[in-house]
Amino acid sequence: MTTRQNPRQHNRVAAQEVIPTRQFLTFRIGAELFGMELGQTREILEYNGVTEVPLMPKFLRGVINLRGEVVPVIDLAVRLGRNPLQVQRRTCIIVVELHTDDQDYVLGLLADAVSEVVEIADSEIDDAPAFGSNIRAEFIKGIAKRDNQFVVLLDANNALSMRDLAQLVENQLQ
Amino acid sequence: MSMESALQTFYAEAEELLHNMEAALLRLEDGEADSETMNEIFRAAHTIKGSAGLFGLHAIVGFTHVVENLLDRARAGTVIIDTHLQGVLLRCRDHMAALVADVANGRDSTPDLLQSGDLLLRELMAYLEAPRSDAVAADASETEQAAAAAAQDDANIPPGRADTWHLSLRLGPDVLRNGMDPLSFIRFLGTLGEITQLVTLDDHLPDLESYDAETLYLAFEIDLRTDAGRAEIEDVFTFVRDDSDIRILPPYTKVEEYIQLIHSLPEGNQRLGEILIQSGALTRDSLERALTTQAIINQQEQKPQLLGEILAVQQAIPNEVVSAALERQKKSPERKPAAEARTIRVDAEKLDHLINLIGELVISRQRVDLLAAQTGSGPLLEAVAALGGFTEHIRDAALTLRMVQIGDTFQRFRRIVRDTAHELGKSIDLEISGAETELDRSMVEKLTDPLTHIVRNALDHGIESVETRRERGKSDTGTLRLSAYHDAGNIVIEISDDGGGLNVEKIRAKAVANGLIDPNLELSSYDLHQLIFHPGLSTAEKVTDLSGRGVGMDVVKRNIEALQGGIDIESTPGEGTLFRIRLPLTLAIIDGFHVAARNTQFIIPQTTVLECMDLASLPAVKGRNCVNLRGEPIPFIRLSDIFALAPAAFAVQDVREKLVVVQFGNERAGIVVEHLYGEVQTVVKPLSPIFQALKGVGGSSLLGSGDIAFILDIPQLIELAILREARQAAQAGRKQEQPL
Repeated sequence: MTTRQNPRQHNRVAAQEVIPTRQFLTFRIGAELFGMELGQTREILEYNGVTEVPLMPKFLRGVINLRGEVVPVIDLAVRLGRNPLQVQRRTCIIVVELHTDDQDYVLGLLADAVSEVVEIADSEIDDAPAFGSNIRAEFIKGIAKRDNQFVVLLDANNALSMRDLAQLVENQLQ
Repeated sequence: MSMESALQTFYAEAEELLHNMEAALLRLEDGEADSETMNEIFRAAHTIKGSAGLFGLHAIVGFTHVVENLLDRARAGTVIIDTHLQGVLLRCRDHMAALVADVANGRDSTPDLLQSGDLLLRELMAYLEAPRSDAVAADASETEQAAAAAAQDDANIPPGRADTWHLSLRLGPDVLRNGMDPLSFIRFLGTLGEITQLVTLDDHLPDLESYDAETLYLAFEIDLRTDAGRAEIEDVFTFVRDDSDIRILPPYTKVEEYIQLIHSLPEGNQRLGEILIQSGALTRDSLERALTTQAIINQQEQKPQLLGEILAVQQAIPNEVVSAALERQKKSPERKPAAEARTIRVDAEKLDHLINLIGELVISRQRVDLLAAQTGSGPLLEAVAALGGFTEHIRDAALTLRMVQIGDTFQRFRRIVRDTAHELGKSIDLEISGAETELDRSMVEKLTDPLTHIVRNALDHGIESVETRRERGKSDTGTLRLSAYHDAGNIVIEISDDGGGLNVEKIRAKAVANGLIDPNLELSSYDLHQLIFHPGLSTAEKVTDLSGRGVGMDVVKRNIEALQGGIDIESTPGEGTLFRIRLPLTLAIIDGFHVAARNTQFIIPQTTVLECMDLASLPAVKGRNCVNLRGEPIPFIRLSDIFALAPAAFAVQDVREKLVVVQFGNERAGIVVEHLYGEVQTVVKPLSPIFQALKGVGGSSLLGSGDIAFILDIPQLIELAILREARQAAQAGRKQEQPL
């Protein structure tokens, strides 16, 4: 693994040696760095406000008009048990496409800033610690280290399962 | 057309035909045994057999063939369709449907199904064999007549070909590429009669280098001995006749016409002549005579002559006769069923796509409206207004494309009513009204299940047994009514019976037993009726096959609500029960009334809006959310309260609240908002399933500005308000009780 410095070259080597790697989009919420599998993300939007939906729990910030599609926007910080995200200049919305419980759906995720796309070999991914990360273990795929910082790799299908989110909404309404 | 898509067409067609066949069979029962009905039944079986043969679906062909034979006899009047036979035919139809479904789903039919098919065939055979002598006699006399007519006509008829047709098939070169196998046509011809001669012509086979495996080079000359008519033989080639050259010469064809055939086909005269001589259609003599004549004439005139003219010269047949015959031949391959011209089959997805695009058009038009209004340019505003008018027309026209009459759905219940009544030993009439009422196709599909459930319930539990009816002084025959009509932008479907009505005592007892209600609670009969929509409540003492398992009515209600609709019950003990289902006309684009409360924008479906006014201008009913509108108390809902909307950050003080009076069904209510913006056309964008639990909002909509508004679901909203108030009242009641 001498090709570390050059990601492109690393790519080629990976293809030859068949080291399983995956691409992640990393983004920042507060001081933490999170990663989301690139295949699940669709686009990144500048935050231009959302339309609030009445009676919704805090994690559901509202809906946006994405070229004619009405897409719910989730505050991932609240979902992961942190304080609600404060909107500022670099706030953006990551549009993700997920498939759980036999349905396809699109969600927007609020993030403080989007960092970069990184390639992480499976061997670099450590299991999530059973405790200490302050996040429910099933929401995390694993943890990787990048530039001396931990990247929490999210398991979007669990953290953003449509059934769970809809259940949370229902609980709120009752 | 690929094989797969041809098969898809077959399935769709078969389904429709089977549906028509069922409807026609049921009409027979009602005493409408006219020849058109009989023909319809026959045609259905005949066409299905025909198409199935094309695809080599032997199970369907074999079974349907017998059914068709019987129907043919019935059509000719040699078999009488009595009630029993009608029942058998209905079951035959079901069997055909099952066979088609198996093929469509790519599975083998179960041995059970095939066995039941054999049993049905045996029943049919009993009918087929009994009156055979009559039928044969009829056939015989027909043949004689035809023979006599032909004998008068011409002495040139070759002997021994009384029932032999000659077919010249020049299928289009692309037939194989289109997924058709010429062999299956020939195989199917075999089911019409006996193929006495088949010659394959390979004259057009090219050199190996230029040979294309997907092109059909072969041609066929076929002699077919059959009783079938021209139409039937032509039907075999329905799928290919457009790009093929198919000539069909009936029995008793004059020698000249054979000659004509020889000349008109691309292969050499001699060769075709040989085939025809071999098949006995021509004698060598007559062939040579005709060919020589043409050769001489050609030499004389130095130009190729029309064959008809040759014949006219040779046989002194009046020119008109020949040209008429030519004309007829030219036309026959183009003949198509008249219905094809009137309707076309369109993929539902294409239609949905069109509606989506029109939705986008409606939104863009609103954006243009806004921008034009900002410029204040008169001509531009005029042009935009005209554009708006057309957009509306296009929208309406496109939406009607998706509309279908509910009659077809209702007709399906004839069968269910008939079978269920038989099974239960009851006598039940079905009355249908408003069959021409139209609704969105996508809704029809989702309605079938809930309707079926309600109908079955009515048949099983609603309408009493004959004995009970007599005891109660009712006529022996119960009546189930299905009706549909339009009302205030909704479609209303009613299912009513003249049975015993809902047994409120039983419902109550059951609800108490299941712990759904407090035994001491006083409930109105309306509330008790509503209980049947509660999961897990079934009042039937006896669980039958049909209903009574305690699942169902709650599912019915949920299904209807999923369509943005509602369901009501009216029931009078001893007199009957009525279910009223109310549905929006379409789910795609609606006219709405744009309002806002605090910072949130809402759309109220235009069809529910009666009027708008200042809330403050109306006398309030003290202490309640209710105003007095011209003497009528109107309860109202404040959107900002019910949705707990946060006050706007820069709230203008003293916004004058407005009341929008809405009506749904027979009830009126007021919606209190802060801003009225007026009418808009809006495209309904379904909300993500994440919001499923949110009541009172039926969907979202994009405004011309790009903003999102929420479409109010008025019945749900009112239900929500009632629930809230009841809960508050209950809390208040508890507080009062506590000190005691």
